[in-house]
Amino acid sequence: MSHTPANLRRRRIVMAGTAVAAAPALFNIARAQGAAIKIGFPVPLTGAFSAEAQDQVRAAELAVKEWNAAGGHKGQMAELLVRDDKLNPGEAATRTLELIEKDKVNFVVGSLSAATQLSINAVTKERKVLFNSISQSDTINEAKDWSLYTFHEALNPHLTAGAVGRYAFPKFGKKVVYLTADYAYGHEMVRGFQRAGAGLGVQTLADIRHPLGAADYSAFLPRIQALKPDILVLCNFGRDLVNSAKQATDFGLKQGTKIIAPVLLYTSRQAGGADAFEGILGGTSYYWGMEDKIPSAKKFNDAFRKAYNGSVPSDYGALGYAGIRSVLQAVKDADATDSTRVSIALRQLKYDWYKGPQFYRKCDHQSVQSVVIVESKSKNMKDKNDVFNVLAIEAADEKNLRTCEEMGHKVTT
Amino acid sequence: MEITPSLLALQLVTGIALGAVYALLAIGLSLIFGMLTVVNFAHGAFFMVGAFIGLYFMGLTGNFWFSLVLTPLVVGALGLVTERFLVRPLYGRGIDYPLLLTFGLSWVLIEAMRVMFGIEGLPSSTPPELRGAVDLGIGFFPKYRLFLIFATAVVVLALWLFLEKTRYGLIVRAGSRDGEICKVLGIDIARVWLVVFGIGTAIAGLSGVLAAPTRAVNPEMGIHVLAESFVVTVVGGMGSLPGAVLAGLLVGIVFSLTSLFAPDLAELSIFVLMAVVLLLRPQGFFGKQGLMS
Repeated sequence: MSHTPANLRRRRIVMAGTAVAAAPALFNIARAQGAAIKIGFPVPLTGAFSAEAQDQVRAAELAVKEWNAAGGHKGQMAELLVRDDKLNPGEAATRTLELIEKDKVNFVVGSLSAATQLSINAVTKERKVLFNSISQSDTINEAKDWSLYTFHEALNPHLTAGAVGRYAFPKFGKKVVYLTADYAYGHEMVRGFQRAGAGLGVQTLADIRHPLGAADYSAFLPRIQALKPDILVLCNFGRDLVNSAKQATDFGLKQGTKIIAPVLLYTSRQAGGADAFEGILGGTSYYWGMEDKIPSAKKFNDAFRKAYNGSVPSDYGALGYAGIRSVLQAVKDADATDSTRVSIALRQLKYDWYKGPQFYRKCDHQSVQSVVIVESKSKNMKDKNDVFNVLAIEAADEKNLRTCEEMGHKVTT
Repeated sequence: MEITPSLLALQLVTGIALGAVYALLAIGLSLIFGMLTVVNFAHGAFFMVGAFIGLYFMGLTGNFWFSLVLTPLVVGALGLVTERFLVRPLYGRGIDYPLLLTFGLSWVLIEAMRVMFGIEGLPSSTPPELRGAVDLGIGFFPKYRLFLIFATAVVVLALWLFLEKTRYGLIVRAGSRDGEICKVLGIDIARVWLVVFGIGTAIAGLSGVLAAPTRAVNPEMGIHVLAESFVVTVVGGMGSLPGAVLAGLLVGIVFSLTSLFAPDLAELSIFVLMAVVLLLRPQGFFGKQGLMS
């Protein structure tokens, strides 16, 4: 009678042993199926561009939700890890390093300034983690900053200013004055306009530099008035654009001079109001109102409206959406989650997420895309979102970018 | 570039309009300093609050003029509360106590506006009757900025009449000379200081409403303005009202003319002006010596 308990004991020990031995294997299988694909998303949730950054997050979350709802990749879901970079390059680098080292993200998408994207890129390049930048910069694609893992979803100053120039110079005249914020962004924009104008016989009457963040521009305006330009280009951004546009309007410069801006943002226009921006023309990567011309825009807007109480996505918001969708699509195409294979798949990608056909140029990974030329409305607005007229959409074309050689890339295929 | 006499003249008028806002801000700052010896670091924040409240009333009533009257009263009331409950307990403790307090208060006000109106700020527009530009014969100039010059002149005149020609003005002036003697004579000096602080902040609020149509209204708009109005106050002489007006106009004109010839140096020019004045005449144009000690 005594062997039964011993038997039982032995059986129990064997069973327990098997269970312990099998556990790591089971655990591994569960991990392989369930571990999320993590995407780090550093953006300036606090600081001057927080309204835009919050919209980037909303749109990025929508992209992740849609992808997960469609089944993810072989049962693997995506997860967005949003971090606040406070619009500070140092903070952005630290947060990115944390995302990679501590949170073990697979990819990084994000940024909303020329400076933070370069510091994020420095970290991701070093760690060989794929980074898709969603804000404007000319330098990130240049050979000295670029790597196989660096992608640029947003427009760049050269392309944006060029498109606005190509549209405006033939229509409004050849005598141009620039009022420029005195930092890299402003200078890059002026260069973009001047390149576009060179072949068109455009004459620069003056390039007046103002300090970044100036509240009053009136002291520059009598001179501009006296120069009688056909076009006044405001090469500044955000509040500077609102202030200078408002004051130029007050000085009556709109009689006889067309005011244009390289970048006319949906959020700036909302903050500045209809009067200040009336009749001002500019470029943007996206405007929701292009949905009657572009089917993918309609699809994106509808999904956004449905997710966020009928509100429409802003230009920078839409970039958050596209930045995430491209990377997740490349995961499927590569059938992998490591940055090298996903980067190679991303190089091949041809996509139309929200604004017509796009692709990444092979030599520098700049997204070749359309530029939307819009004009601010002050009359006949249907609702508070109806702020621009879409005047033209310059189709995606590689020839509007600086050449690969000019960017310092030797290989062009 | 050709510099014509009419361009120079227009640049001068632009400078005067700019200077009008500086002068108005500096008057409030100088009034408070001259009477109470309080360096009010929240002055820029009161200016900003004035701009926001002004827009709020404009939105509510659709009337700029109504807002122009009401806003200084509200901001002035805020000033009264600030003096009574925050600044008053610090009298007699040295100049840096109220300085630090008002510095902190300015950030509280900035954050409060962020919470109430959003971080992006509010769009502002020029009242319809003052929109557009008029031809001055030397070029086009915004009607609204002419109105700014006029409004500043009215405020300065009213303040001068109040201080020089009324009985209460006499008490205020006496209080600034010697508070102790006033007390002995049976004057409630604490009340005089309360009123002066209220008037000073009300003028800051008024400058906020007046400046709102010319620029973007956002919670940080007062920070820049504060630095400039301190320059004006120092150049004019701490505590001197005529000094504040004169220096305000001078700073506006210097900024404007530098913008014409060397736009890159415009920002710097007013600080150079301040440095030169401090070297040649440390107390400013009309300042009393030793006020800060």
